[in-house]
Amino acid sequence: MVNITSLTGNGLRDWLIQRITAVILGLYFFLLMGFIFLHPDMQYQQWATLFQMPWFRIASLLALISLALHAWIGVWTVTTDYLKCTALRIGVQVLVFLVLLTSLIWGIEIFWGLT
Amino acid sequence: MESKRPVNLQLTTMKFPPMAIASILHRLSGVILFLAIPLLLYMLDYSLRNEDVFLKLKQCLQAWPMKLLLWVVLAALLYHLIAGVRHLIMDMGWGESLTAGRRSALSVFVLAAISVVFIGIWLW
Repeated sequence: MVNITSLTGNGLRDWLIQRITAVILGLYFFLLMGFIFLHPDMQYQQWATLFQMPWFRIASLLALISLALHAWIGVWTVTTDYLKCTALRIGVQVLVFLVLLTSLIWGIEIFWGLT
Repeated sequence: MESKRPVNLQLTTMKFPPMAIASILHRLSGVILFLAIPLLLYMLDYSLRNEDVFLKLKQCLQAWPMKLLLWVVLAALLYHLIAGVRHLIMDMGWGESLTAGRRSALSVFVLAAISVVFIGIWLW
């Protein structure tokens, strides 16, 4: 059965994407937390320099896209399981989709914004 | 569609083994993290604007309600991460038996509890 609201309409593909994005997010978390742990009294300059480095910007964008995909598959699974009323479920899923898309655009603007 | 499957809606009569609790907490922590996305992006946005805003945010995060909020988000993240690693290990075919599943679920609780306490100490 093809479900039109799932990410790829294919359970196995969703499953695989969920795992790949999970690993990316896990690695990014360790990277970021490692940096924060190594700088107990963080100054603006250190923090801003990290986010100006090209490799870290790419890593951040990769994590951001992974987060949007991972969160969509996760929230889709949970809402599909618990929200039995179709209208309510679709409504919540559309809202979640918009929040994630907005977050993605917002995040790109933070990491790659020219201001 | 006529279903012949038995229906038991009395939650108190159901048994919740560690594996079931690990699973529901994984979902719950995932939903909490989804809700935290705007908050985290907001903080990230402000932290990178300029030095003044950075310092203001840093000061704001010293207040205990903000620390508590951050701790809840980090706790959800740590639990979600540890339970996720358990999932990946099982996906590779390890520890799929009932006893191993029970043991790994309990290990996730212990590891998550330790790291949540640790991150709390680090925050305060």
